[in-house]
Amino acid sequence: MASWGEASQSRLIGKRIARLSGKEKVTGKAKYTFDINRPGMLYGRILRSEVAHANVTDLDLTRAEELPGVKAIIPLIEVGRKIRYQGQEIAAVAAETDDIAKDALRLIYVELEELPFVVTEADAMAEGAPQIRDDWKANQSNPGKNEDGDVEAGFAEAAVTVEATYHTPVQTHVCLETHGNVVEWTDEQNLTVWASTQAVFGVRNDLARNLQLPANQVRVITEHMGGGFGSKFSAGTEGLAAARLSRMAGRPVKLMLTRKAEHLVAGNRPSMTQHVKAGATRDGRLIAYDMRGYGTGGTGGGAGFTGPYVYHVPNRRTERFNVAVNAGSQRAMRAPGHPQGAFAMDSLIDELAEKLGMNPLEFRRINDSSEVRQAQYTLGAQEIGWHRRNSVPGSGTGVKKRGMGVGSGQWGGGGGRGTQARITINPDGTVEAVTGTQDIGTGIRTAIAIIVAEELGLSPTDISVKIGDSGPGLPSGGSGGSQTTASVAPVIKTAAAAAKQKLFEHVAPLLQAPVDDLRVGAGTIYVASDRTKTVTWRQATGLLGVESISEGGNWNPELRQGGVAGTQFAEVEVDTQTGHVEVLKIVAVQDCGLAINRLTTESQINGGVIMGLGQTLLEERIMDPQTGRMLNANLEDYKVPGTFEIPEIKSIVFDTHRKVTGVGEPPCIPTLGAIANAVYNAIGVRIRELPITPDKVLTALAEKKA
Amino acid sequence: MSDKEKEKKQGTNISRRSFLKGVGTGTVAATVAPAILVGDSETAEAQTDGAASTAKIQLNINEKLYEIEVEARTTLLTVLRDGIDTGGNSVDLTGAKLICDRGECGGCTVLADGKAVYACMMLAMDAQSKQITTVEGIANGDDLHPVQEAFIQHDAMMCGFCTPGFIVSSVALLNENQKPTIAEIKDSLSGNTCRCGTYPFIFDAVETASEKM
Repeated sequence: MASWGEASQSRLIGKRIARLSGKEKVTGKAKYTFDINRPGMLYGRILRSEVAHANVTDLDLTRAEELPGVKAIIPLIEVGRKIRYQGQEIAAVAAETDDIAKDALRLIYVELEELPFVVTEADAMAEGAPQIRDDWKANQSNPGKNEDGDVEAGFAEAAVTVEATYHTPVQTHVCLETHGNVVEWTDEQNLTVWASTQAVFGVRNDLARNLQLPANQVRVITEHMGGGFGSKFSAGTEGLAAARLSRMAGRPVKLMLTRKAEHLVAGNRPSMTQHVKAGATRDGRLIAYDMRGYGTGGTGGGAGFTGPYVYHVPNRRTERFNVAVNAGSQRAMRAPGHPQGAFAMDSLIDELAEKLGMNPLEFRRINDSSEVRQAQYTLGAQEIGWHRRNSVPGSGTGVKKRGMGVGSGQWGGGGGRGTQARITINPDGTVEAVTGTQDIGTGIRTAIAIIVAEELGLSPTDISVKIGDSGPGLPSGGSGGSQTTASVAPVIKTAAAAAKQKLFEHVAPLLQAPVDDLRVGAGTIYVASDRTKTVTWRQATGLLGVESISEGGNWNPELRQGGVAGTQFAEVEVDTQTGHVEVLKIVAVQDCGLAINRLTTESQINGGVIMGLGQTLLEERIMDPQTGRMLNANLEDYKVPGTFEIPEIKSIVFDTHRKVTGVGEPPCIPTLGAIANAVYNAIGVRIRELPITPDKVLTALAEKKA
Repeated sequence: MSDKEKEKKQGTNISRRSFLKGVGTGTVAATVAPAILVGDSETAEAQTDGAASTAKIQLNINEKLYEIEVEARTTLLTVLRDGIDTGGNSVDLTGAKLICDRGECGGCTVLADGKAVYACMMLAMDAQSKQITTVEGIANGDDLHPVQEAFIQHDAMMCGFCTPGFIVSSVALLNENQKPTIAEIKDSLSGNTCRCGTYPFIFDAVETASEKM
């Protein structure tokens, strides 16, 4: 049976190892798509609609085309078609400089016949609202319904019930490197694209299909990329536009979205509103759950969310639907559907526990079937000092009140087939690891080096890892769903093992030992039964003559596992005069399976917590019902966490087994409930609508007093 | 159809209440009235005509002199990233990033006479008399600056897109205050934004660097 071996035998796996791209990143030498400058390269820009809903009645590109320095211009919408949201593409231009491209956009003539629009869920569902989809009634999709057990009987058995409405607004991804590409036709049939993507092969296939090119004539390169969070899986309208402009001009084109467009059209996490009623028995068992909820993913669907979540409820009924509004479409965003569902469930659990007069942690223990999380509850409670929490919420004295809360989460992350890799050992001792995955900042490049180095007895820096390029023709899947490590690591491990085996076959005659008696040490190969017999790595590879060893691997499912559990505890301090919530500490206990690199795993947990914190306290896409526009499509008014918001974070890499799994997404899930419950514990008033901004805190406190 | 005809069409046949006329996105005005006059082609033309005049300037970047032709509106960041000197050589200092494009995120932070500034908010012409240091000029050849070493050691980066800005801001901080408290670190780096959430390890890295300096 394939295995990663005992922890005590690991030289590298599970240790804290600096990422391989570190030096490039701290010296500014790491080249992102945005940094690629090609000889003769033009700068592309896109003209976008400022109105949310309109018919395009005229479009004239002539004057822009005539501007000196403009080399190509194309329409991206036809006259007679509809604009359905602010930011929708109208035309694209490529020019000698970015400033000329900007100027050219101003010279494009567009006539738009304005149509009535809706940009908020409430407006979309209101009586007599403009209908923005022909196929939906009242701007709502057909609800998806589910029922298990006997809900009415469950409520009859309940000793306490809670009825509440929870809401989370639309959150945008805010990738710091905006979506975009640098496109270069090497000839009429061959395209090279530097793409800011989390799926080099996905973008390759996407471009090939749309440009009607054979897939092997499109090469996509993503050496480094500046954040995706689920929004960067395809070439997008901007990628295709860049390819067309480049073909027209006969020169390379760089086309990156503006910060504003990034907010408007590059995806978002859908909103959630859920009306839920739930009941529990006197002894603390969840017994009934009835939920009706909706969200908006823009003009389309995709606004799903979890519920009930984590905790088992035997009798449950759910109904979910999408609401269409004239706004940019949702895309997958870090654990799609989970953080918002977790916020509602964790809040609900707390409310039920209080009605029962039970410690919310005890209530969770009764209803949580995960042994992993049960252990995490104990560890996390110890670490935060759960006994210090207010037994009576809001009972603290003084202007600044402290409180504690807990939240839970779960995720898959077990990986899948579809990765091809090659490990090559060259006669000069160098080692190459090649596969078509990409490093979106999570550290897979370093993880690959660690696995190969462990297998071959080398150092991670000895391994030349070549990823983020479809050129070598070794596909791998997109980096999404926390699947990368669990998909890639088993293939790398088995490929490295196969390459090692081949090298042993060359070494065995020299050491006069059978192949299965050979082992790797640090830079050596030795005979297990007689450790005096040894050769250095260089001596061993020297035996290869002119022939490198090059081996592939396979995705052995025994080496990975899905289904991770997580728990977080928060301590907050709420200023009852200003309404400001300061998170003092988060304890994040995250099931990580076998962490290949403990250091980068901790980074991922920190990052998840911070993104969850942003969603809880700061982030919201604000749409103006009067103009149909997003009011905060920048980084000043759309708040993401900055240095002042960062609490002490205790990231606990909770190793439950020696199988790899993914942790990119799960740590952002429990944070919302933990903070929201801590705010309640501090001030004794529950805020059921995110983000928990000072105005909401002050309003809630005022209502409590009244 | 000529623009005149278009103006005519807009003026006569089409009610301003039912139509929007759009020329570009640059000068859109928000209004509660259903008709929105979007931009003005004459103004746009005037802007582009004005943009054509250029001046030759000299910039001192990472202790190297560049002679470069810029427009009045050209920012220092544009020169660093996209500039081509009068000899036809690309400046190609792409460490500083354009992220927010309006002085909100610190991704383009560089040193001007040792002080941290946003290169997106400084016109190239205003940088003429200053010593500019970009992230590429922080290390001493192959010898990394203690801040850079500490960032690697603590994994104070994930995607790394914001990292150059944080490196430069951290260096600027430690140049002025060699033993900053955690509150001072947070305060000094509050002009920089990271979306991956690397802040805790950045704070650790700055503390480690301050111990080594």
